[in-house]
Amino acid sequence: MGFFTDTSVCIGCKACEVACKEWNAVPEDGLEFTGMSYDNTQGLGADTWRHVAFIEQSKPIGQNETGVDHGAPPGAGGMRWLMASDVCKHCTHAACLDVCPTGSLFRTEFGTVVVQQDICNGCGYCVPACPYGVIDQRKGDGRVWKCTLCYDRIGVGQEPACAKACPTDSIQFGPLDELRERAALRVDQLHDLGVEDARLYGHDPDDGVGGDGAFFLLLDEPEVYGLPPDPVVTTRDLPSMWRHAGVAAATLLGGLAAVFAAHGRKGGAR
Amino acid sequence: MSSSEVGKEGVRGERPGREAQIGKGLRGRGRRGGRRGGRGEKAMVPEAEFTSYYGRPILKPPVWKSFDVAGYFFLGGLAGAGSVLAAGAQLTGRPAAARALKISSLAAICGSTAALVHDLGRPERFYNMLRVMKPTSPMSVGSWLLAAYGPAAGAAAALEVTGLFPRLGRAATAGAAVLGPAVAAYTAVLAADTAVPAWHEAHRELPFVFVGSAAAAAAGMALVAAPVRENAPMRTAAVLGAGLELAAAKVLERRAGPAAEPYKRGRGGAYMRAGEILSAAGTAGCVLLGGRSRAAAALSGAALLASSACTRFGVFHAGVQSAEDPKYTVVPQRERLAGRDAASAS
Repeated sequence: MGFFTDTSVCIGCKACEVACKEWNAVPEDGLEFTGMSYDNTQGLGADTWRHVAFIEQSKPIGQNETGVDHGAPPGAGGMRWLMASDVCKHCTHAACLDVCPTGSLFRTEFGTVVVQQDICNGCGYCVPACPYGVIDQRKGDGRVWKCTLCYDRIGVGQEPACAKACPTDSIQFGPLDELRERAALRVDQLHDLGVEDARLYGHDPDDGVGGDGAFFLLLDEPEVYGLPPDPVVTTRDLPSMWRHAGVAAATLLGGLAAVFAAHGRKGGAR
Repeated sequence: MSSSEVGKEGVRGERPGREAQIGKGLRGRGRRGGRRGGRGEKAMVPEAEFTSYYGRPILKPPVWKSFDVAGYFFLGGLAGAGSVLAAGAQLTGRPAAARALKISSLAAICGSTAALVHDLGRPERFYNMLRVMKPTSPMSVGSWLLAAYGPAAGAAAALEVTGLFPRLGRAATAGAAVLGPAVAAYTAVLAADTAVPAWHEAHRELPFVFVGSAAAAAAGMALVAAPVRENAPMRTAAVLGAGLELAAAKVLERRAGPAAEPYKRGRGGAYMRAGEILSAAGTAGCVLLGGRSRAAAALSGAALLASSACTRFGVFHAGVQSAEDPKYTVVPQRERLAGRDAASAS
C-alpha cells in the first residue's frame, strides 16, 4: 500500500499537515514566520510528517501564459505557484531500516516502514542515512519519528488521515500498482493539456531505492521541491565499504607486525 | 489611519519584489548553497543548473554531537591500534611500552564506549544495541565488536597490571591485537554508510585514513608513555601511520570530486589542515629527536595524538557541512543522471 501525491491538483490548504498532526498527536514544532512563501513548516522532521511546500516561479504552466497584463506594475511578470505535500517515501530498499542497530525500524505487512518507539534507543543513525532527509530525532525525547503511513488506521481498513482530509484528492492512497497505473494516466492527460513539465518521481521500482511507497507527480525538477534528483539507498555500497575496511584493518595489522619484525627483539630488555 | 496603497484604481507606488526566492536561502544558510564560485574561487564542478527549495538542506545532517562521535572515532582508533602495538612490544621484549599501551587501550575503549552511550538519545536503552545482529548496520556490527574487544582489552590490561595468570594475559593481549584493527577500521564504514555526501563518496579511502590515523595516535601514545630505549618501532609506526593517513586523505580529496570540497573548506577544512600540520610536526619531531630526548619524544607523541583527533573532527565536520548544503546532494546526483542519460543515448 502507498501514497500517490498528485501535486498538480494540490491547492496548498495544508489540511494534510493538520490532519496528520491531529490523528497522530504529533507535538507542535515551532511557530515561525519564514518568509518562504506560505511555508512556515519548512520541511519534514520528527514533528512534521506531512509538509506542504510552496514554490513561487515566474514560469508558464501548460497553455497558461505568464506576462499577461493583469494591471501589475511592469517587470512583475507572471507567476505560478507549485504546491506539493511531501511525506516519508517508505522506500522499498529503506536505508533507515537497514542501518538501524536495534531493529526498531521494521517493514510492516503493508510494505511500509515504521519505527517501534519502545525499542528505538536514540542512536540517530537512521537520520543521516535517509537519502531523502525525512526521519529525524525529536529533541528532549531522543527517539526518532516519521510518518507511519497511519499504520493504526490502515490496519483497520481506513485510509491515512492526510489522504482522508485532502479535499482535492491530491493525496491518493491505495495498492501501489493501482496507483502507478492511475499516475501514468494522469501524466498523459497533463501532457495532452500541454503541461510538458509533468513527470512522476519515485514511481520506478528499478530506481536507486527500489521504488518509493509514496511517489509523486511533479511539475518541475525534484530539487525545486527539495527532493534529491537521484537518491540511492546508502547500503548499496556497503559490501564495498566492508571490503575496503577489511583491507585497511589487515594493512594496519600487517604493517605494524612488519614494523616490529624489522626492528626485532629489544636486546637487553630491562 | 490606513496606510494601504491598494485602492480601487489599483496599486499606488512600488510594490516589493515577489520574484521566486528559490535557492536564495533562509537566514543566510543558503548563501553557501545557492550561489557558486563565490569570492572569485573557481567552481569545483562545471556550472550545473542548480536549484533547491529555498536553499534548505535536502538531507538531515547527523544529529550526533561532534565531541561524542568524533571523540568516539578517535578513541576507538587509539585503543585498536594501541592493542596491536602492545602485542608487538610484548613479543619483542619491550615490556614498559606494552604495559603503557595496554592501559591506554583500556582507558580509550572505556572512554569511547562512554562517549557512544552519552550520545544516545536514550542512554538507558543502550542494551537495545545487542537485541539484534545486523551486518547491514555498521553500528550493530560495531556494538558486537566492542562487546568482544572491550573485555579482551580489559583483561589484557588488568592481568598485566596485577601480574596474575600470565598465560591468560598473553591470550587476551593477542585477542585484543587481532580485534583492534577491526575496531579502528569499522568506524569509517559507520560514517560512510550514510547519505552524507562527504562521507559516502569517500567510502573507499576513509578506512585507510582512519587506520593510518589510529596507528599514528597509538604510536604517539607510546612515545608519550614509554621510555626512549623502547620506542624505536613506535617511531617507525608513527611515520607509516601518518604517511598512510596523509596519502589516503589526498587520494580522497582528489577522487571524491565536489563532495570532497568540505574537507578543504570551513570548519572541516580547518581541522583537516591542523591535523596535517600537527602530524608533520609530530612525525618530524619523533624521527629527528625522539630517539635521544624523552621530552622531545613525549612532545612529538602528543602532537601525533592531537593530529589524529583533529583528523577525526575534520572528517566529522566535513560530513555535517556537506549534508547541510543542498549543492552537495543535488549536483553530483544530477551529474550521475546526465551520465546515465548519455550512456543510454549512445
